[in-house]
Amino acid sequence: MSRPAGWRPIAWLLPGCGTLAFLLALTGLSMGGLLRQAPEINFSEVLADPYIRQVTLFTFWQAVLSTLLSVGLAIPVARALARRRRFLGRSLLLRLFSLALVTPAIVAIFGIVAIHGRQGWLNQVLGAIGLDGGNYLYGLTGILIAHVFFNLPLASRVLLQSLETIPPETWRLAAQLGMRPRDVFRFIDWPVIRQALPGLAGLIFMLCFTSFAVVLTLGGGPRSTTLEVAVYQALKFEFDLGKAVLLALLQLGLCSVIALGVLRFGRVENMISGERRFFERPDRRTWGGQLVDGGALIGAVGLVVLPLSAVAAAGFNDKLWRVLADPGLWRAAGQSGAIALTSAALSLVLGWGILTSSRALRHRLFHLRSASLLEVSGSITLIVPPFVLAAGLFVLLRQWSDVFSLGFYLVILINALMALPFVLRILGSAMHQAAEEDERLCQSLGIAGRRRLTIIDWPKLRRPAALALAIAATLSLGDLSVIALFGTQDFQTLPLLLYQRMGSYRLDEAAVVAAFLAVFCLLLFVGLERLFGAPTKDQQL
Amino acid sequence: MTLYSILYKRTGVKCILSGLSALSVATLLSLSGPVLASEADKKELTIYTYDSFVADWGPGPAIKENFEAQCDCTVNFVAIDDGVGILSRIQLEGENGQADLILGLDTNLTQEAKETGLLAPHGLTVEQLAPVAAALPVAWEDEVFLPFDYGFFAFVYDKDSLTEPPTSLKELVDGPADQKILIQDPRTSTPGLGLMLWVKAVYGDEAPAAWEKLAEKAVTITKGWSEAYGLFLEGEAPMVLSYTTSPAYHMVVDNDERYKAAAFSEGHYMQVEVAARLKNASEPELAQEFLTFMLSPGFQEAIPTGNWMYPVIDLKDSLPAAFETLVDPAVPLQFSPEEVKESRKDWVAEWLQAVAK
Repeated sequence: MSRPAGWRPIAWLLPGCGTLAFLLALTGLSMGGLLRQAPEINFSEVLADPYIRQVTLFTFWQAVLSTLLSVGLAIPVARALARRRRFLGRSLLLRLFSLALVTPAIVAIFGIVAIHGRQGWLNQVLGAIGLDGGNYLYGLTGILIAHVFFNLPLASRVLLQSLETIPPETWRLAAQLGMRPRDVFRFIDWPVIRQALPGLAGLIFMLCFTSFAVVLTLGGGPRSTTLEVAVYQALKFEFDLGKAVLLALLQLGLCSVIALGVLRFGRVENMISGERRFFERPDRRTWGGQLVDGGALIGAVGLVVLPLSAVAAAGFNDKLWRVLADPGLWRAAGQSGAIALTSAALSLVLGWGILTSSRALRHRLFHLRSASLLEVSGSITLIVPPFVLAAGLFVLLRQWSDVFSLGFYLVILINALMALPFVLRILGSAMHQAAEEDERLCQSLGIAGRRRLTIIDWPKLRRPAALALAIAATLSLGDLSVIALFGTQDFQTLPLLLYQRMGSYRLDEAAVVAAFLAVFCLLLFVGLERLFGAPTKDQQL
Repeated sequence: MTLYSILYKRTGVKCILSGLSALSVATLLSLSGPVLASEADKKELTIYTYDSFVADWGPGPAIKENFEAQCDCTVNFVAIDDGVGILSRIQLEGENGQADLILGLDTNLTQEAKETGLLAPHGLTVEQLAPVAAALPVAWEDEVFLPFDYGFFAFVYDKDSLTEPPTSLKELVDGPADQKILIQDPRTSTPGLGLMLWVKAVYGDEAPAAWEKLAEKAVTITKGWSEAYGLFLEGEAPMVLSYTTSPAYHMVVDNDERYKAAAFSEGHYMQVEVAARLKNASEPELAQEFLTFMLSPGFQEAIPTGNWMYPVIDLKDSLPAAFETLVDPAVPLQFSPEEVKESRKDWVAEWLQAVAK
């Protein structure tokens, strides 16, 4: 093979290999920390421990129920949206669905408490007509409501997109045959939906299985605790390193099995094949259909839109100025902002490193397998839950230093890793597309190194890079997971502050913090996008 | 990206927004810098304690002021959820912790805390402890921990919404399932731990069965005392696990006789709250000075109307009259610190399992 000037394989492979080594070292250290603390683990004994068994079962059970509910409800919602392409507020609803996907978990949880809590909107309405809803939120019900909030929009959007791939010819045929709505669903909708289901359900199951913030806040005691929360409690409540390590390893094992299963079933983006086409469906005019669709849409509004509006509405209360005048809020905001920006930058650097090398592997050396392996390695946090990673580093580092004073850096590091899969996904597709267009040109002109970065790559990739940066920063800003372990009186982030306000049931103050955090997330997102993304042209993404 | 498209389409003010956000990010970054110590030349005493101790209405602020007046130092209270959390925190930090003193464990945890090897003896003589010996209902022989207040756990109820409170723990346990209560988690909170031991003292091996019934009645199991009491005052449940002394707060501060502690015939579990200094304290002399101060009126007078517990020295007339009207537990129940140390893990595991059912 001829090697044009400027082509130095080492230089291209170094960033990826360096990143990979960094990721592996970090995971290895964390695992080492866990295993060292648990020299002799008797797994049969662990499985016999009734509490651990209960926690494991509950973790599975709530994930199964959450998945069934989210997907089950998403089917009628997606069909309603596919059948009714023109109703007032349709595009607003879809946008709110997207908003729900990026709302920080703890903010959404606040919204759910504001609707479903003891003093919530729903109980007030019920109270007005003389009924008592009681205290149903804390426990399994609350966990399910929250998981549906996050996953119903996701599932509905994916299913809607697959329904939209049904070609117009099919609909013409269905109209000619005079198919009844039931048959339309059975013979046309269902086969398309069924194709998307395994990947979708697997993804949602995985998300619910490792859910931390929701279970921590709405779990309501030992009765409804998942493995991830049990690791946290064993560390922070009981200082039982052995138990924490056991639970973490158990979680790790189960997650790897599930993740492999999900990968086998295919990723979400592969679930939708074919062009999206729109056609007036023949089954939209029946009375029954209109009733069902109306019900589904109202249900979706109640489950998803109401909590979001509650966040916005509840923020303006008489505590507003008092909370905003509290220097603690601004200090937490400052620390959150610093963490978000640093971890997003780190995530982008790591992602860029991996992608530069995988691009060289793919387009120059044609090692497709190792290229995708390298990319998959960046998604390590999908298999090793961030909390397990944090727990490992925690037990390792505490031997040498005051872990709480290192908390700031650990949170940055782990948040960066957590955002890495998203960075890889956003930047990756753009990078490969660009490479297909430019690779030969660069090769023949011998453009490489920094010159390639500034002349060729940056102009094309600045938009996806800015988007990746913005998403990573927003994720990190709203995250409530490892910060729960490392947070102290002096080291607080906004999500932790919100969690504490909710924990002490000071809901008025929590409302202000929730709204503040939501606004901060929006500003950060738009700010980063605008600052680094291309300033001109219509950039519809 | 979806978030982006919403904003992009909708806002004509995107430039303003981005300018604003850049500005706010810059401000926040500058704010987030390390908080500089206020006065560099002043020594700082770091005390880990629980949150209600340092609350505005708690004893912390007055005690801080009184001690700072005599020590020429700054008292830095670090609030941790609740008593048991303080122990976990120093264990997590190990030898590299920041605390000079821990304040707010109780005798149920002292043995375990001592065995961490992180604590130093209090060094007070028998003569110095004589006022405590006279006021505290139990003898004090601990060489590491010093008591700073004591009280008795009790279920506090609102007599307007609960006319016939249970008269014994057994009556509460066997009472109707819709008799809702608020309790705390023994893994984080000393009252929660106290209730677990109380049930153990009364029920022995039958405790898990009793817990299954109690858990049915619990609206929620909170991490600390403050959360549970806050929920109780908001009317989430008619009964809450607290202290026999809690009604005094409402009598003195709110002039309200509505809240009462239910007297239980089996007796009430006693809590002695304690403090100790750390071996690796960065200010050992200050910590020692604080321990001596803790047994003086400057500290103790803040206890009855701040922490709403009994002081460990005789305050004579400074004790509010309301304290005379409280439930006086005929039988104080208590396990020895060694017994608790021996079995706490097993009992917590047993509790977890019973409650999780």
